[in-house]
Amino acid sequence: MTINKPKLHSGSGDTDEASPQQKKSWVPTVLIIVAIAYLALIQYIPAINVFVQAFSKGIGPFFANLVRADFLNAAKLTVLLALIAVPLNTVFGLCAAWAIARHKFPGRAFVLSIIDLPFSISPVVAGLMIVLLYGRNGWFGPLLESHDIKIIFAFPGMVLATAFVSMPFVAREVIPVLEEFGSDQEEAAKTLGANDWQTFWRVTLPGIRWGLLYGLILTNARAMGEFGAVSVVSGNIANTTQSLPLFVEDAYKQYETEAAFSAAVLLALLAVVTLILKEIVERKTSIKEVE
Amino acid sequence: MTLSQTAEVEARDPAWKTFFRKVIQLPWTWRITIVYLIVMLLVPIAAMFLKASTETPARFWEIATSELALATYNVTFVTSVLAALLNGVFGTLIAWVLVRYDFPLKRIVDATVDLPFALPTSVAGLTLATVYSDNGWIGSLLAPLGIKVSFTRLGVWVAMVFISLPFIVRTVQPVLQEMEHEIEEAAWSLGASQWQTFWNVILPPLFPSILTGVALGFSRAVGEYGSTVIISSNTPYQDLIAPVLIFQRLEQYDYSGATVIGIVLLSISLVLLLGINLLQGWARRYDNK
Repeated sequence: MTINKPKLHSGSGDTDEASPQQKKSWVPTVLIIVAIAYLALIQYIPAINVFVQAFSKGIGPFFANLVRADFLNAAKLTVLLALIAVPLNTVFGLCAAWAIARHKFPGRAFVLSIIDLPFSISPVVAGLMIVLLYGRNGWFGPLLESHDIKIIFAFPGMVLATAFVSMPFVAREVIPVLEEFGSDQEEAAKTLGANDWQTFWRVTLPGIRWGLLYGLILTNARAMGEFGAVSVVSGNIANTTQSLPLFVEDAYKQYETEAAFSAAVLLALLAVVTLILKEIVERKTSIKEVE
Repeated sequence: MTLSQTAEVEARDPAWKTFFRKVIQLPWTWRITIVYLIVMLLVPIAAMFLKASTETPARFWEIATSELALATYNVTFVTSVLAALLNGVFGTLIAWVLVRYDFPLKRIVDATVDLPFALPTSVAGLTLATVYSDNGWIGSLLAPLGIKVSFTRLGVWVAMVFISLPFIVRTVQPVLQEMEHEIEEAAWSLGASQWQTFWNVILPPLFPSILTGVALGFSRAVGEYGSTVIISSNTPYQDLIAPVLIFQRLEQYDYSGATVIGIVLLSISLVLLLGINLLQGWARRYDNK
């Protein structure tokens, strides 16, 4: 790319300028090797290890693990959690993005920080909050108990925990897109007699679709992969309140390493799909941001 | 009610009623946002602070600074700082390599930097614990040197390095991308060495972003639970991290104990969030230059 540029200056044949040129020939190579080596130690080797361990005894045992009742139940729960938490956070994210991007008001930065809060709260602390609220000794505990509703150590608590940790993604990704998109076209649509819903559906949504998709991908990945918060509120009971990430840890603790890695492969594939989709969306929009 | 009538009512009513009316009249997007934030976020946080306030300050302090709690803060915060600092160096290097150089498979390397965001933390913990265990791929090379990684504090550090790397790369990368190459060329043509150029020309405008990335990575590493709990042996005073202590207190139905440690962690996250916001403001100063 740009490393060739300095050649323009050293073209004079001046020896003083030629020496950094010679240095440049090995500096990039060394830096690239160091960067790749670091990534390999931290990311690539562990990532490859997931697949090697899962298939170390062949394809047969791998599939045998995947049809276990407790595994299937965990997979079903994980999908259900995402199916509830993702739409919930999408509606919230779109509303929040709209409210924030379309209005200038005092304390706007503060509201943005509040929306970001779930990112900076430890998942265990998030789980703890939900327990303190809906648990037996919690605020709503007695009320829930008198109506025989179980939230903690049950599915509703897991939904709350999942929704909590994956809350900000959609809002975070859509706000900048919405701001850049501007409100001119929306106003034009309204002048032409479109109602709010038509304006949103026909004008705004197509304009923000890539940002929204990006947010959805991240929300889904976090929702399916969440471990800490879900593990605090679920009680981690096999076959009942065990999602796939919890199954991985539980199997590993029970020395069923192969079962743990079989489930891990599925979650790793989820990660791979997420990264590929992210890449596609990024190419479409050429946005690159940290969550 | 016509506009003038509304104005009249507003003039008559006390301020809180006006405020209340304004809230009622908000568009439904606002209502959904506010209700969701209150139900999902603010009420749970309030519940935690109220639970903590049932303890006397003396008792709170006693739990928060018990010997075991202090040991877990040490493991959590010191290890997170060390992980974030290491990534500060190597994350910047990776961002530099990705922005400035071309090499085979660069796009894939770039895309996989985000792996820790996408990979569920329990899977990360599982595979890191295996790779760095005494008979794992990397651990078996370190074992003869007497270095044990899995089930020690070193393992916690590795998990924290894994989880915080993308934050630094993704914060530094866009800033590097926008930096004008001409400035460096000017420095070179004025006779600066590569090292001088890097140290005096490239690093200063980059520094706020590096610091922001390190702070983001640190904040994530402090809260991290899934990967660290699996790679650690969770032995008190050795590699027990604060989130695991909260978890253990909850398992023993010691809600006050869990809440107090939770408040400590939450307060530190809030301070970090504030600090990061300020840092980002500082980093943005260089945007229009």
